[in-house]
Amino acid sequence: MMLEIEDLHAGINGKEILKGINLTVKAGEIHALMGQNGAGKSTLSNVLVGNPAYEVTSGRVRFNGKDLLAMTPEERAHEGLFLSFQQPVEIPGVSMVNFMRAALNAKRKYHGLEPMSSGDFLKLMREKRKIVELDSKLANRSVNEGFSGGEKKRNEIFQMAMLEPTLSILDETDSGLDVDALRIVAEGFNKLRTAETSAIVITHYQRLLDYLKPDVVHVLLGGRIVRSGGPELAAEIEKRGFDWIKEEASLD
Amino acid sequence: MKEKDKKEKDRQGIGSYESVTEEEKNRFVREVAHKKYEYGFSTDVQTEIIERGLNEDVVRLISSKKEEPEWMLDFRLKAFRYWQTQKQPSLAHLKLPEIDYQAISYYADPTKGRKKNGPRSVDEIDPELMKTFDKLGIPLEERLALSGTAVDAVMDSVSVKTTFKEKLSERGIIFCSISEAVREYPDLVRQYLGSVVPYRDNYFAALNSAVFSDGSFVYIPKGVRCPMELSTYFRINARNTGQFERTLIVCDDGGYVSYLEGCTAPMRDENQLHAAIVEIVVNENAEVKYSTVQNWYPGDADGRGGVLNLVTKRGHLRGANSKLSWTQVETGSAVTWKYPSCILGGDNSQAEFYSVAVTNNYQQADTGTKMIHLGRNTKSTIISKGISAGRSQNSYRGLVRVAPKADGARNYSSCDSLLLGNQCGAHTFPYIDVRNDTAIVEHEATTSKISEEQLFYCNQRCIPTEEAVGLIVNGYAKDVINKLPMEFAVEAQKLLNVSLEGTVG
Repeated sequence: MMLEIEDLHAGINGKEILKGINLTVKAGEIHALMGQNGAGKSTLSNVLVGNPAYEVTSGRVRFNGKDLLAMTPEERAHEGLFLSFQQPVEIPGVSMVNFMRAALNAKRKYHGLEPMSSGDFLKLMREKRKIVELDSKLANRSVNEGFSGGEKKRNEIFQMAMLEPTLSILDETDSGLDVDALRIVAEGFNKLRTAETSAIVITHYQRLLDYLKPDVVHVLLGGRIVRSGGPELAAEIEKRGFDWIKEEASLD
Repeated sequence: MKEKDKKEKDRQGIGSYESVTEEEKNRFVREVAHKKYEYGFSTDVQTEIIERGLNEDVVRLISSKKEEPEWMLDFRLKAFRYWQTQKQPSLAHLKLPEIDYQAISYYADPTKGRKKNGPRSVDEIDPELMKTFDKLGIPLEERLALSGTAVDAVMDSVSVKTTFKEKLSERGIIFCSISEAVREYPDLVRQYLGSVVPYRDNYFAALNSAVFSDGSFVYIPKGVRCPMELSTYFRINARNTGQFERTLIVCDDGGYVSYLEGCTAPMRDENQLHAAIVEIVVNENAEVKYSTVQNWYPGDADGRGGVLNLVTKRGHLRGANSKLSWTQVETGSAVTWKYPSCILGGDNSQAEFYSVAVTNNYQQADTGTKMIHLGRNTKSTIISKGISAGRSQNSYRGLVRVAPKADGARNYSSCDSLLLGNQCGAHTFPYIDVRNDTAIVEHEATTSKISEEQLFYCNQRCIPTEEAVGLIVNGYAKDVINKLPMEFAVEAQKLLNVSLEGTVG
């Protein structure tokens, strides 16, 4: 089992948002996480990657058998967890090249590998940025600085390509993307998929899921997963919204 | 006159730390502060130190130890008598500890003491001194030297050795200690010494002019491009001594030189005084680049000890089309008070000031520049980056003055402050005095903070917090770092990281 979340309670600023999440993700699976604003989707992704602004009050999370919650954010990243941020932050003055080199070499160090040579590194960058059709100029600019919304999202997937995580969380990676950009991001993501890599995809829309073809779809409501199903669940939500799920959940 | 965005800002850092307790954090910072000042060792070498205290006899003694001509002694005495009439100024925004000028020794010579009998030749340097400079990364044997760099190594009051002197002299370039220059090239020294920074300039300039010990003298003849980087390495070693660096650089018509100065000192509990004067004369079509990597001992995490770095640096762009740039990376010293300045006298002369000043723990820095535009179509650029951490105070203080006759003068200033943590301060004091309607003066200033979001983003991408801070700080400072000669840029980058270790989380 790649990821096992058991009865996870967590919140921010003393307010509980996740009220008992249970979720397991196997290697090779793609899970879609849907739900209205405020349901706790982003809280879950932030808690998984260890954002210090969030607080876990109880529950257990195991990642490839290890206690995820006991690890620092960078350890989680070294172990193969990646978050495509909903709003990637800008870091003025730090070029994408230097940033990625620091990231990649930190990960290599953790796994007992020597830093990559400049030549190999630049070659790898060139290769990987083609996956999301990222301009060579963007790679020389400061991290996310002056990037358009679409460029920022493509840049997230580019970083994912560079770091080769085993579990990726896409937090509304489709938001703010036009049709073409969405296709580039989704196709880029699909090129990176293997039988060993998994993903949790947070989205409001069917469009992205049409590309990614999730194995399981979950609906998050009031800090709990209230319904899980196959891809047809996403299609139904697209058609009918969430109210019927809310009503059914309140009957339980 | 256009004057964009004339601002005076004074901001206190506001921010939040992660959930480590104050005590834990302090312990960590203390460990780092002790561990990370790599140059804090002292050298056990027999040093001839004159008795503490300052009076006319001491001035005469220094002069006689240096075997100086009469005019030099007169220069010193005049300065000393003036100094006696002055009071130590209270420096804006700096808390300077009380300096007891009678408790300091004004001359310490680490090259004396051994070999009392017999002549001391240039090659006979105490191996301990050689070792010290090796350890500092400044090998004094020419075959081991950094490629393309000649070094004048000064410890306490005396120049230990100057490398590549002969090679440089083939082109007519003079590079030696100022003491030697006073004896060997009295006419040149007499012509220029004190011509840019007169002894009446300020309290510390008067003191320096009275008791200055060693520093470098550089003369670039007409039309000569200096083929190597020249550098002086200042080291304070002896206890309870002051170091009074005096450097004079003269670049004649059409000449070019790039000069670098580096500084370190042992860790001592008491403050050490370093009061320096650097004068630069740039004649017609000549160009001088002066770079400083200042890493004096900054004091410990509780603010004990550290060097008081009180410096007057000034360049006079005398000739038309002359150029001068000051680049400084200031990471050390308990107190830094220094404003490397330019007098743009020649028409079309150009001056630049690039500065990165890092303060941590209880360090205080008040640094900046003065650009005095006198000639026509003169141009100056000021790029200042302040980085404050711990409980430190970091101020940029700058003056841009355009004289009535300086038609077409231009200045661009950009002063940025970066705050790490919530107990440090960053301040910007830009003074602008423009007396010519054709002048264009621009000033921009920003204050920023490394955000938790930025650090977390780096963490999520495998980069630990300290490395992330280093990455961001280096990115922030790179416009200035890139102006340094290559080898030193790398050193400066490392220095920035070390100076700020333990400041976050």
